Amino acid sequence: MSVLLALCVMAGLALLLGAVLGFAAIRFRVEDDPLVDKIDAILPQTQCAQCGYPGCRPYATAITNDEADINQCPPGGEDGIRQLADLLGREFKPLNAANGVEKPKRVAVIDEQLCIGCTLCIQACPVDAIVGAAKHMHTVIASECTGCELCIAPCPVDCIDMAPLGDTPASWKWRYPVAMLKVVS
Amino acid sequence: MSRLHAFHGGIHPPEHKAESNGARIVQVPLPPQLVVALNQHIGHGAKPVVAAGDRVAKGQMIGRAEGRVSAAVHAPTSGRVLAVEPRVVAHPSGLAELCVVIEPDGEERWIERQRFDWRNADGPAVLDHLRDLGVVGLGGAVFPSHLKLAGARTLDTLVINGAECEPYITCDDRLMRERADEIGAGIAIVRQLMNARQVKVGIEDNKPEAIEAMRLACGGQDIEVVVVPTLYPSGGAKQLTRLLTGREVPAGVRATDLGVQCFNVGTVQALYRALEHGEPLLSRIVTLTGAVARPGNVEALLGTPLSHLMAFAGVAADVTGHVYGGPMMGFVLPSLEAGLTKSGNCIIARNAELFPPAPPEMPCIRCGTCAEACPAELQPMDLYWFARARQFGRAQERHLFDCIECGACAYVCPSNIRLVDYFRYAKSEIWAAEKSRDAATLARRRHEARQARQERDKRERAERLAARTTPRPAPPPLPEQVTPQEAPAAPAAPTDDDKQARIAAAMARAAARRAGQAGKGEGGDGA
Ligand code: SF4
Ligand code: SF4
Ligand code: SF4
Ligand code: SF4
Ligand code: SF4
Repeated sequence: MSVLLALCVMAGLALLLGAVLGFAAIRFRVEDDPLVDKIDAILPQTQCAQCGYPGCRPYATAITNDEADINQCPPGGEDGIRQLADLLGREFKPLNAANGVEKPKRVAVIDEQLCIGCTLCIQACPVDAIVGAAKHMHTVIASECTGCELCIAPCPVDCIDMAPLGDTPASWKWRYPVAMLKVVS
Repeated sequence: MSRLHAFHGGIHPPEHKAESNGARIVQVPLPPQLVVALNQHIGHGAKPVVAAGDRVAKGQMIGRAEGRVSAAVHAPTSGRVLAVEPRVVAHPSGLAELCVVIEPDGEERWIERQRFDWRNADGPAVLDHLRDLGVVGLGGAVFPSHLKLAGARTLDTLVINGAECEPYITCDDRLMRERADEIGAGIAIVRQLMNARQVKVGIEDNKPEAIEAMRLACGGQDIEVVVVPTLYPSGGAKQLTRLLTGREVPAGVRATDLGVQCFNVGTVQALYRALEHGEPLLSRIVTLTGAVARPGNVEALLGTPLSHLMAFAGVAADVTGHVYGGPMMGFVLPSLEAGLTKSGNCIIARNAELFPPAPPEMPCIRCGTCAEACPAELQPMDLYWFARARQFGRAQERHLFDCIECGACAYVCPSNIRLVDYFRYAKSEIWAAEKSRDAATLARRRHEARQARQERDKRERAERLAARTTPRPAPPPLPEQVTPQEAPAAPAAPTDDDKQARIAAAMARAAARRAGQAGKGEGGDGA
């Protein structure tokens, strides 16, 4: 008799705890794969594919799956690699030259006299930063251009140039105060 | 007499006020050219509404307020617009920004001023009016005044800032001595607009004449002129608020939400001119001092080239540079080409005697003197350490953004560390990082939206294809040339070919146009 009672109590407890755990699993569910999000948050979102993946998120996924190294994103530069190394607890390593070099940010500018309105650049732009209609001149919305350069190659008349973003008083930064001691070669 | 609530820290640097506060404010003669910057305030720059060649009247709007935090800019005198182009502005970077260059015609022909009945207008209309008259804070921060007024329906204490604690600067002192009645009238206006229960005017005890004048002007009204001890930086908005009301304004909290708000005396006077006389902000009082022949205060039109001002004050031979603002919070001007802005309260000509070259920096000995002097109750040596090590997150955790860049810490540091330079550096790095993070977020959103659209298009195309390839139950009445299976491919192929051909033709045209430099004629745009 007492054996049965004990069994019942244990079974009841197991059911109860199971229900609590099940409820907790649904109520406090963690979004799947937060690591990809964390890595994606560090990547600069230029979407230039220089890392060898078709965008920042695919590259983030590849890093998570240990398929890619952390030093393949040129727009993110050394700073970006350092942040990735911090996040993943890895050693810092310099940018892989095979992927490209870190450059100051530039934006695409279309020479509107030459543009023939073929829309090929619109199709290439990963962030829809180009506006224009077929057979009409196209133009780049500078504030939305990430500088990925993906529109350059498809343009049949080579009318897209990358222009450096000039410093303005608003974007200007105070320099590091100490006259930095650099070895003059 | 209300009790004073001392703030933490503070310093007593040499005042250097006697040089410039003795003489009356004088008008600067019209310069041959005015360079009026379109961004003279915190927030978005104004959008130009005039073009080169236009004739403008004094007080005519030349830049419209753009965005929420912005204010209008006006022609300081009548004349002709020579250009709307980037010119060097009064900024530590020495970079160019959009300016309206005006050649005065000397007639001082005013635009027709509209009387604005602010007493009977509703709140938002008054604020829009002030924005369109370009009234911003003249104490140095140049925050658009209409936004400050917009905060609360009722206010406990309105603090009027006449402390002017920074060495060398005496423009508010002279303004209070000479135009106290206008300030008094302005205070009454702000008080009514903000529904303030009480008004306190804070003035440092080194300005007895200004205190006298303000007491006289405010006599009839229920306004308390409070004399505060001379201690830098008692003129900081937070420090003066604390002194007069005992209230702390934490970072990120609007003062209005705590029932207090602080206006500079110059701003209040500008508000009076704007609301009672319909005058936009066209000029300001600026102290010209340091190594000049005739130090003093002048009233100058905005946009007056700084070189014109310094020539008016008489430049000494041994001047090594100029400081825009005070010696503690100002910055060294990269050039004197720029025009005077609404923030320009003082220009100091530096020479080796007044401003000896800074002694070399030594390592921090963690003596804590800087923390004792800091009015914001920070630990400057920790902030310095993290800024130096580029650990900006740690600096932010230690309230870097509470730092008002007053320079008290650097002034007392026995190791001569230019602490404020490190804080400015760290702040601008953090802002830049925030900006690029925002840009990345925007790019991510747009990229995801594009992918979703492409996904949808692909699905829809596939659905259409499926719908067309399934044989229709009732054949169309007209006999078809092509079988349903060929239908989707058939029309696509010619258009593709067509497109390729058109592109090839266009490429040839463009190449020809490039090759023939002279050939500027429009090519046949048909195909
Ligand atoms: S290289 Fe960097 S910015 Fe370009 S797509 Fe790859 S992760 Fe994104
Ligand atoms: S406009 Fe060109 S460079 Fe700019 S984001 Fe689009 S494809 Fe990239
Ligand atoms: S690809 Fe070149 S020619 Fe074609 S629309 Fe874009 S800019 Fe114009
Ligand atoms: S006063 Fe200077 S030396 Fe002393 S703790 Fe502060 S930074 Fe260091
Ligand atoms: S500059 Fe900043 S840290 Fe230094 S004393 Fe002033 S508020 Fe404190």
